Amino acid sequence: MQNMQLCTPLSRCPLCVVCCWRTGTMVKYFCCAGLLRSSWDQVCIAFWQRYPNPYSNHVLTEDIIFREVTPTNCLKSRRLLTKTSRAPRWMEPYLPKQMASSAYIIEDSIVDPQKKTMTTLTWNISHARLMCVEERCEYQINRDNGSWTEIRREAWISSNIYGLSRAIQEFGLARFKTSVTKTMKGFEYVLSKMQGETPSRSLAETATERARETALAAKEKAKDLASQAQKKQYV
Amino acid sequence: MAERLTAQPITPLRSRSVTQRRSPLPRLSSSPSRYASLPPAAGLEPPTMNSVGEACTDLKRDYDQCFNRWFAEKFLKGDRSGDPCGETFRKYQRCVQKAIQEKDIPIDGVDFMGPNKDKPES
Repeated sequence: MQNMQLCTPLSRCPLCVVCCWRTGTMVKYFCCAGLLRSSWDQVCIAFWQRYPNPYSNHVLTEDIIFREVTPTNCLKSRRLLTKTSRAPRWMEPYLPKQMASSAYIIEDSIVDPQKKTMTTLTWNISHARLMCVEERCEYQINRDNGSWTEIRREAWISSNIYGLSRAIQEFGLARFKTSVTKTMKGFEYVLSKMQGETPSRSLAETATERARETALAAKEKAKDLASQAQKKQYV
Repeated sequence: MAERLTAQPITPLRSRSVTQRRSPLPRLSSSPSRYASLPPAAGLEPPTMNSVGEACTDLKRDYDQCFNRWFAEKFLKGDRSGDPCGETFRKYQRCVQKAIQEKDIPIDGVDFMGPNKDKPES
């Protein structure tokens, strides 16, 4: 899995796009590829049934709030999710007291059954001034094995809080990587259930374990940056 | 005849033999990995998610069941005969849109796939 960082203001989160342009904040970019050993059709079916699963205890509600079939027979949907909002302890002094403990996320998707592609875009519509996370995924048939599905995932993470944006971005990136692990495990669980099997260890799990280790390292870096920022305040 | 209650002799601490260590109680683990290793229970309906509007969960469940069937059996197979879930979807949407307004959830004003429109091809 690649882990790239870009310094151009690419964030287009609707609630923080103006802030990013004005301050020219850095945006963390993350890109990875995952593999599911199930057909593209099965993965799309599982996509709509992925909640709840044992790895999604942080997802509280799920609703389809828009859906239509286009003239070209593509399915466009918008899903609204409520997730628990967990901030690390070092961030708490910087959060407003009345900040909500749950976050709202929108997920737009287009399923093209002719081309066998699905594209999803997910972003948070709450807590956006604190941190904006946008994730884009492409689900396609694996080029080497027609009965497998590959997922290409990109994320853009940005924060606008003066003096802490780097620490928040590192935290956001660490948490995003952990959530990718959970997403893949959740998918595998749901796919196994659909096929009447019990989930087994797979290449995806091995790959996502590496992501977890990277995420832990990034989390430590975030803590360091935050304590450095705090020291600077009192100097 | 009334039973005579006799007090049980109290064993002095010094003369107690070494008590057998109790085996630890089995831990009730709710970790995802343990849950994930269990096969799905036969005959039980799969758990469903709640709607953001508490009153809409049943309508959501009815719609989801209809949609999942249509999606797998018709849509993905290229059958364009039409969506049979229109009525259940409308009932569900009336409920959930009202709940979204009541909770002031800021869903308006964003185009479909809007945030990613201007992103450079990566």
